[in-house]
Amino acid sequence: MPLPELVCPAGSLPSLKAAVDNGADCVYFGLKNDTNARNFAGLNFDDKTASEGIRYARAKGVKTLLAINTFAQQADSARWQRAVDEAAGLGVDAVILADFGLLDYASRRYPQLRLHLSVQGSASNYEAVNLAQQLFGVQRAVLPRVLTLAQVEQVIANTNVEIEVFGFGSLCVMAEGRCLLSSYATGQSPNTHGVCSPARFVRWEEGAHGMDARLNGILIDRYAPEEPSGYPTLCKGRFEVEGSTGYALEEPTSLNVLPLLPELLRIGVAAIKVEGRQRSPAYVAQVTRVLRQALDKAAQGGQYADPLAMATLGKLSEGQQVTLGAYNRPWK
Amino acid sequence: MSLPLQLVLGPLLYFWPREQVMNFYAEASSWPLQRLYLGEVVCSRRQQLRTQDWIALAADIAATGKQAVLSTQALLESESDLKRLRKLIDNGAALVEANDAGAVHLLQQRGLPFVAGPYLNIYNSDTLRLYRRLGAQRWVPPVEMPGDTVRLIAVANPDIETEVFAWGRLPLALSSRCFTARHYQLNKDDCQFRCLEHPDGLTLATRESQDFLAINGIQTMSAGCHSLLDEIAQLPARGVQALRISPQNQHLAAVVQAFAAAIAGEQPVADLSALAPGPLVNGYWHGEAGIVLKEAAHARA
Repeated sequence: MPLPELVCPAGSLPSLKAAVDNGADCVYFGLKNDTNARNFAGLNFDDKTASEGIRYARAKGVKTLLAINTFAQQADSARWQRAVDEAAGLGVDAVILADFGLLDYASRRYPQLRLHLSVQGSASNYEAVNLAQQLFGVQRAVLPRVLTLAQVEQVIANTNVEIEVFGFGSLCVMAEGRCLLSSYATGQSPNTHGVCSPARFVRWEEGAHGMDARLNGILIDRYAPEEPSGYPTLCKGRFEVEGSTGYALEEPTSLNVLPLLPELLRIGVAAIKVEGRQRSPAYVAQVTRVLRQALDKAAQGGQYADPLAMATLGKLSEGQQVTLGAYNRPWK
Repeated sequence: MSLPLQLVLGPLLYFWPREQVMNFYAEASSWPLQRLYLGEVVCSRRQQLRTQDWIALAADIAATGKQAVLSTQALLESESDLKRLRKLIDNGAALVEANDAGAVHLLQQRGLPFVAGPYLNIYNSDTLRLYRRLGAQRWVPPVEMPGDTVRLIAVANPDIETEVFAWGRLPLALSSRCFTARHYQLNKDDCQFRCLEHPDGLTLATRESQDFLAINGIQTMSAGCHSLLDEIAQLPARGVQALRISPQNQHLAAVVQAFAAAIAGEQPVADLSALAPGPLVNGYWHGEAGIVLKEAAHARA
């Protein structure tokens, strides 16, 4: 049984090197613009850093994947095609795309270029995955974080496309590619601008009630004086529903599938993805190292989710909380 | 002068008791609508009407001379979801609105035409033309798409009809998790069908009481009610051919009348906000945050 590939995030060249040095099988990154879903200031790659990163990874036998996973916006859709051109020119091992029009372009223009269907492509069932294979020759699909293990297994059993699942990182509680909450509040969404709850709309205000975190003026959360505060991602704020106040949608938390590794191996996932291109090189190094060791141990039937590994990942998690997400019964 | 716009009823996004659903459509079939979309789009656990019931309802509506379209569930996860999807698509009569690529796959395999629904993420002409090749006759842009972008795509693709979401709480997000069940501290598989108690969803307010979102089971909606009534005169020039009115618990007959009157070139109604399930918004159409309300150039006093 081949081990799933460990796919790690690179928001910068130092992160890419950290992932490579700590046991990633693949690294994924984006260009410095809104063609990818982590379009944050100070992140991502230009031609020069991309070339250097690809050289570095390749020298150590690690694959490179370029994410162009926002939706091409009509007024400027040529820019997304140019990003595909650039990826082909750079010689990455695959591009990760979500937009069907762009997948069509890539498959016709660069028939040799390996295509992965991004999680933003929202393929949550094998009929959708198989359509992408039939139309574009997609070789791998990243599943949205909405399925149970049995459902992931069902997808794998009904497609020839390799299946990649998320293993660790900040959790989107919404189905990827199908969440417009950010644009409802700010005008910018992951689909259109590659951002969620963008930083330029965040405002912190010290008030009589404590610290207010606002997104485009909308109160997302309010922290008592001694309470630790987090980034105001709008689905992880505290709101009022029928008179009760709390995390109405989701707590700040991270997905951690460490306890499920043997199951993921058994059902035959092709790759396990780590979220976090916005994270530091130190974070990427630690998470990559822990998951590398866990995967190797699980493959040998060893103790894969030992307390130390769980504690390390726990500390690196959003709000120091982890969840099994949709794999877990309360969601179902 | 009347406007070349069709008025259509979108799928019911909420969970209502069967009797209320049947009464609603009995009434709606007499409204000035060209087309009605039917079916459960949001949650597989909502079975007050089963797939076969929706198909039968579509036939009843078609018999009144109106077009009935069957809308597919937007988030497909399980084999039983796919089973119901196949049944809907193989209904043998009504056109289907595809809200997931999986539905498109099945429709394309069968050579059936379809409506490309608002959940398909069609953000550009290349993607629209691809769906056109696969059999789409009509498309509904993502609700966040600005009017200027709708125009760019619609005008470049005259061989496919453009229908926009014109009234109602906006469907913004889908999740595997049920937020209504979460609110009641219930597991999703034992949700006790609490959505039945909230015929327009559960309003979610900020901690300073600003109505922000609405919880509708696994779907998150806007608390605000999106309305394009003030923009209606400019819609034909934007390439729009049909306006979709989204079902709500109250006043929908009056909303449909207001839109029909505006299409007929009559004076708009005085206070539309009284008919809305939440504060009026239209920011998306103007390229801004969806929650914003832009006054139209010809704003009423």
